[in-house]
Amino acid sequence: MKAWLPSLLRLLLVVLLVAFVTNPGWFQPLLKPLTENGAPAIYNQGSLLTLTFLHLRTVLIATVAATIVAVALAILVTRPAGAEFLPLSRSLVNIGQTFPPVAVLALAVPAVGFGEKPTLIALFLYGLLPIFENALTGLTTLPANVMEAARGAGMTGWQRLTKVELPLSAPIILGGIRLSVVISLATATIGSTVAAKTLGEVIIAGLLSNNLAFVLQGGLIVAALAVLIYDGLSAIERYTARRMGQETA
Amino acid sequence: MTIRFDKLGVVIAAIAAYAALVAPFATFRANRIVPGEARSVLEALPTAVGPLLLAIVIVGALIALLKTPLVLRLAASVVALIALAILIGIAGSFLTPAGNTFARISPASGFWLLIFAFTLLLADVLTRLNLSPWARVGVLVVAALAIGLLLISGQWNSLSILKEYANRADSFWAEGSKHVTLALGSLAAAVIVGLPLGILCHRVEKLRAGVLNVLNIIQTIPSIALFGLLIAPLGWVAAHVPGAAALGIRGIGTAPAFVALFLYSLLPVVANTVVGLAGVPRAANDAARGMGMTDRQRLFGVEFPLAFPVILTGIRIVLVQNIGLATIAALIGGGGFGVFVFQGVGQTAMDLVLLGAVPTVALAFAAAIILDAVIEMTATKRRVETA
Amino acid sequence: MIEIEGITKRYDETTVVDDVSMVIEPRTIAVIVGTSGSGKTTLLRMINRLVEPTAGIIKLDGKDNRSLPGYELRRSIGYAIQGHGLFPHRTVAQNIATVPVLLGWDKARIKARVDELMTLYQLDPEAYGPRYPHELSGGQQQRVGVARALAAEPNVLLMDEPFGALDPIIRNKAQEDLLAIQKRFGTTIILVTHDMEEAVHMGDKIAVMDAGKLVQYAKPAEILAKPASAFVETLVGASEKPFRLLSLGRVSDAVEKGTAEGEAIPGDASQRDALAELLWSGRPALPVKGEDGKPLGRVTVDGLVKRAARPA
Repeated sequence: MKAWLPSLLRLLLVVLLVAFVTNPGWFQPLLKPLTENGAPAIYNQGSLLTLTFLHLRTVLIATVAATIVAVALAILVTRPAGAEFLPLSRSLVNIGQTFPPVAVLALAVPAVGFGEKPTLIALFLYGLLPIFENALTGLTTLPANVMEAARGAGMTGWQRLTKVELPLSAPIILGGIRLSVVISLATATIGSTVAAKTLGEVIIAGLLSNNLAFVLQGGLIVAALAVLIYDGLSAIERYTARRMGQETA
Repeated sequence: MTIRFDKLGVVIAAIAAYAALVAPFATFRANRIVPGEARSVLEALPTAVGPLLLAIVIVGALIALLKTPLVLRLAASVVALIALAILIGIAGSFLTPAGNTFARISPASGFWLLIFAFTLLLADVLTRLNLSPWARVGVLVVAALAIGLLLISGQWNSLSILKEYANRADSFWAEGSKHVTLALGSLAAAVIVGLPLGILCHRVEKLRAGVLNVLNIIQTIPSIALFGLLIAPLGWVAAHVPGAAALGIRGIGTAPAFVALFLYSLLPVVANTVVGLAGVPRAANDAARGMGMTDRQRLFGVEFPLAFPVILTGIRIVLVQNIGLATIAALIGGGGFGVFVFQGVGQTAMDLVLLGAVPTVALAFAAAIILDAVIEMTATKRRVETA
Repeated sequence: MIEIEGITKRYDETTVVDDVSMVIEPRTIAVIVGTSGSGKTTLLRMINRLVEPTAGIIKLDGKDNRSLPGYELRRSIGYAIQGHGLFPHRTVAQNIATVPVLLGWDKARIKARVDELMTLYQLDPEAYGPRYPHELSGGQQQRVGVARALAAEPNVLLMDEPFGALDPIIRNKAQEDLLAIQKRFGTTIILVTHDMEEAVHMGDKIAVMDAGKLVQYAKPAEILAKPASAFVETLVGASEKPFRLLSLGRVSDAVEKGTAEGEAIPGDASQRDALAELLWSGRPALPVKGEDGKPLGRVTVDGLVKRAARPA
């Protein structure tokens, strides 16, 4: 009886989320008690649907860019020609993680101005790390006997990469992308402190006008998106892992 | 003899060449918010000093470019970094017109790129030297002392960021101590609650998935929203629970920030405790039981020491994450270095942003290095066999 | 003496150990043999109550093993397992001292005991005491594992596949060491294995388990001669039986009068080794010498072949 319960909850969450961003008015009675002095209960300075869409677009662009760069870098440093960079790249990833997203965001402003750009830069830089780290783990921990067999079968370096190494490390790389997306979804809200159009706008408007309903709706939409995307990517990850004959943890 | 190039050196030399010859070394602004004017290395430094810096950069870049001994590379990177650190201060005093207190001099992209290039060289050398944990902490202490010395000597006083500091010296230290208290205090609370919770989750399998799922979902709530959402319940507690307000619990300010950071910290602590305890070799656990250890003796004598490095890794994640997240506390009046960052963003005064961001990054960086060293020290002797 | 009376262990619907009764005489080695899943490890773990039985009683020297709290009982019984289970975060000396420390021995006594055991196991206490388990070879780790089990001078030692992870040469050495130490301390040992060769070699008595039931409990010679069921027969290995039987006897017991040419074989070698030597060298007889090197007589192919036949 328990097997269908998570699927049902997920479906329910999707329905609620879609209903909320398309018809937020329906939920007004629920949020009204959280407001004071007759303040509006539903965000009224823009469409929640548009903001959700822009939020997702920002995260998507940053993640795609981060994935391409991180995987390319990981491939580079695991080839014989780039092996010299491997230890350094590891330390750089470690150092990179110590930069708080707010700092990256604020420091990007003088270089590119306010708006979506500094947010994209911060999300990109922050998203790089988990993907790079996982891609590196995936590419450096391939079973030695499989790699030996691939060489023995006469595959070229390129064939080994595209036919053996990347498919086998795909589940781990996907895991990195999943982490990166979830971090980015939350971090993108901070982008609104530098005037990016994301759901953070709703939360910050709530903080500034002391309107808890705004804070709650902004936060919950982002959290719901994160949970659903996390779940979806986990499912894809499990599917690829099964395809690659690996155990799912 | 053939000349052999170092691959990383090519990258470093290219960055250094662009930074020294093309990019601006310093920015001059008539006051703190007008757009700046770029100054190249030769323009920013007194007649004899500019070429000296160029010479140091060129020699350093050449040493990086060619396959040279590690000691030489180490010396080149350290000399270049020290020269840059001292000379940016000289540029500050040189570019400030005498008696002008409004003019602002800040390091520009060329300076930052040069720092980046030689830090890269230094990082590469240190990575290749494979230093022991103690030595790494030693390097950190020396670097911190050097920076402290430069700050105390007043060498950088003519730079914009320190002028921002001079205007806010008192609040800087107050916000700084708030920042550290927030980050460390919430970590301590998370460890006190998270460790027993992790142990419980390890022992009671039914609890595990539920607890970890809830903590996972908390992590997905954006930090600014979680900070905001805690305002109301804590405000209610302050108003209705006798004595709560006296303890400093308020709807706005440090309390919601503290609680939010604590909630974010729980997942890594609990999850790593569970993973660490699960990683204790079955045979060791079985032997411990077979030899007559009580559950408590086994927990403290075998399981906990073996899981310790993994738990510490969780604590490292939390500490670095908290130092970063504590900046956001400023949005809800929780204080911390974020105050300067958000004030700076609001006033488009980038030097003020730096005044908040630089110490935050430095703190997180130092915390990461120290905890990594501690983890390595505890892990080497307790290496768990994979049998 | 260990008396196991009608012991049963059930997990939900599955019966892992089914009404097993046996008596293990003091100062002997009892080996429990069986395939994986036969319940042999569970039976062993019920003796020191790592597993609590569903029904039945186990008595140690006449005392019910439930008269003490489990952990106190276990401190009085040695326990060594496959893969040794050493604590990776403690030094060799600390590992061996585990139970004495739990029992609250004073420091001098613990140190003396640890040094004694390490010396006994040919590990220099000065050199190896402060090392960590991962710095030792597999064979050394196994020896430390057994030394740790013996540290508190237990009367009873339980061993679960203690030699399972060792390569054949080191395993032989470890088996000989254990036999020597059993003789020296007079410890009662119960050893679980799936290797019949090891069981025949080590055991004063062998208990064969199958699907939770005790199928046969007898001296090795009897198990070989009169397997109680087809299962025991398979486990013994039909084609191996005569050789296993010979491996139980010493050359000195098969000596005949007379002389023979060639290098003499020592009297304490096994009859199996003597037969192998005879067959390999193509000779009909070998001279036998005693411990002092004096000739005892000879062994012949015919004589040994008769001894390898099924006992009446």
